[in-house]
Amino acid sequence: MGSAVLPSGGWPLVYVIRRLLQALFLALVMSFLVFAGIFAVGNPVDILIDPDATQAERARLIVQLGLDRPFHQQYFIFLGNLLQGDFGNSFVFNRPALGLILERMPATLELAFAAIVIAVVLGIPLGIYAGLRHGTIGSQTIMAGSILGFSVPNFWQAIMLIMVFSVMLGWFPVSGRGEVGEFLGIRSSLFTLNGLHHIALPAINLAIGHLALVIRLARSGTREIQTQDFIRFARAKGLSEPRIVLVHLLRNILIPIVTLVGMSFGGLIAFAVVTETIFAWPGMGKLIIDSIRMLDRPVVVAYLIVIVVIFIILNLVVDLLYSLIDPRIRLDGAQR
Amino acid sequence: MSAVEAPPPAAATAARAQPPERPAKRVLRDLARSPLAMIGLAMLVVIVAAALLAPWITPQNPYDLRSLNIMDSRLAPGEVGFSGVSYVLGTDGQGRDMFSAILYGLRISVMVGVVACTTALLLGLSLGLVAAWFGGRTDTIIMRLVDLHLSFPPILVALVLLAILGRGLENIIFALVIVQWATFARMARATALSERQREYVEAAQSLGLSRVRILFGHLLPNCLPPLMVLYTVEIASAIALEATLSFLGVGLPATQPSLGLLIANGFQFVLSGQYWISVFPGIALLLLIVAINLVGDRLRDVLNPRNIT
Repeated sequence: MGSAVLPSGGWPLVYVIRRLLQALFLALVMSFLVFAGIFAVGNPVDILIDPDATQAERARLIVQLGLDRPFHQQYFIFLGNLLQGDFGNSFVFNRPALGLILERMPATLELAFAAIVIAVVLGIPLGIYAGLRHGTIGSQTIMAGSILGFSVPNFWQAIMLIMVFSVMLGWFPVSGRGEVGEFLGIRSSLFTLNGLHHIALPAINLAIGHLALVIRLARSGTREIQTQDFIRFARAKGLSEPRIVLVHLLRNILIPIVTLVGMSFGGLIAFAVVTETIFAWPGMGKLIIDSIRMLDRPVVVAYLIVIVVIFIILNLVVDLLYSLIDPRIRLDGAQR
Repeated sequence: MSAVEAPPPAAATAARAQPPERPAKRVLRDLARSPLAMIGLAMLVVIVAAALLAPWITPQNPYDLRSLNIMDSRLAPGEVGFSGVSYVLGTDGQGRDMFSAILYGLRISVMVGVVACTTALLLGLSLGLVAAWFGGRTDTIIMRLVDLHLSFPPILVALVLLAILGRGLENIIFALVIVQWATFARMARATALSERQREYVEAAQSLGLSRVRILFGHLLPNCLPPLMVLYTVEIASAIALEATLSFLGVGLPATQPSLGLLIANGFQFVLSGQYWISVFPGIALLLLIVAINLVGDRLRDVLNPRNIT
């Protein structure tokens, strides 16, 4: 019965509000840590002001950024600027740092999205198969493959993918995003053939580690649930195997997988740093590496804040989704 | 955990019934029972020995410029160089013997991984034990910090730290410690909390032993097995993370060429088909990580017979 899964009264408002407040508090704490980090490591003047600036410019910026004031005042100025979306200008591009990052965000998001689709669409069936046919050669091959997927460092995987599929076989382009198409107002490489051709290798590269994780989770979930009474009952009732697997089993192994996908979306955005650098994919990750190398600190700081916000939102969404899928979880008791 | 069909391995039940033998001996014997783990262990011993002995067993010192011959640059594996030497794994852009460079690289990678992980273990272990033992507000503060920490992917934390601190051996070790302590702290706390309930702690308490003595003399040794498993696996991930960061150009400086840096140097040549400069260091890295994980995987089963997943 599908309807039984939905919580009867929707989400309690109190829980959502409390969770939002927690998220806000976390954001505040992180902003303080970032600021304290900048402050502790060196003179913020050197970090936030372009080393090429003239003496007059420096003096003007020091006053403008409030760097001549005491620590706590500086923090409030920093916070105020953040709230207004002012993260300072990039030394390299001489444009607002936040704009630079937001511009490149779609490319990263589409890469992460493609990777998740690959990991889930391949991982769940493979994991269920390995769980149901435990001990067979097929199952062992899948599990051995997943161990390899964990062990091979992401960046070296990328190089091997390029070497085999681009250089030797010539099937895929080595780098770049390809043509970008527009669909329903969203611009993405996923909407053109050329774009799909470009995204294939980086997306696979980004997906492999998570694919291995999804396989493991789906497998252990399947093995655990398979022996439970409701599955035995479904079998005894004479339900068809596809129905048992697709309806009864799938729904119950989905809970940890959804959590993983939610949490790993953040991980994917983080690891996109590696993939994007190697495949010259014009996303946030490549920007941050370039910025670190060129000591473009305002961009680094802005990236950090953006990532923190993304993570806080992700945690929130995962918690809410979690309670939607598994009504057994008592919202008011949920802690993070 | 719900019931899973496999009963605990016979060895484990037997070991529990018999009078206790030296734990280290038992672990080694159980480890020897898995061929895969023995292969891993053998690989690990060979790799680590080769790394440690690098200066004495390599044909050249890859960072002594006098021993390099630029005429020998980018030779394929097995090709004979200008001076009549043949290079087993080829040479890089500066005519450096890849075999020698890889062994020197392994040395740095292993060193960074072990030093960083050991420090993180000590730090995490102390904080985890303190959190478990004192409970209350101390526990809350430490564990909130751990939760906060673990909600961010390690690579990002390390990247940000290195962006602020800059490249360097000390910096990357520091970054790896910061990335890893929380994992150890969480595991140490969880283990210590469950060990605290055991009779031997009560017995020690009723004997009137001091808190410190119970904590370090009794609780600590019993918390070690699961932590050793984690330690093994985390060394592998520290090595992988260091390689990744060095590859990205934010980890070790060019004067400390770890495997990651070697792979990065070879990446440009991959596109022109000179695969060996990137591929062989990568294989060395992969073998190292797989070897550690094989041993770690088996250790997990040996040290914790209840864990069947």
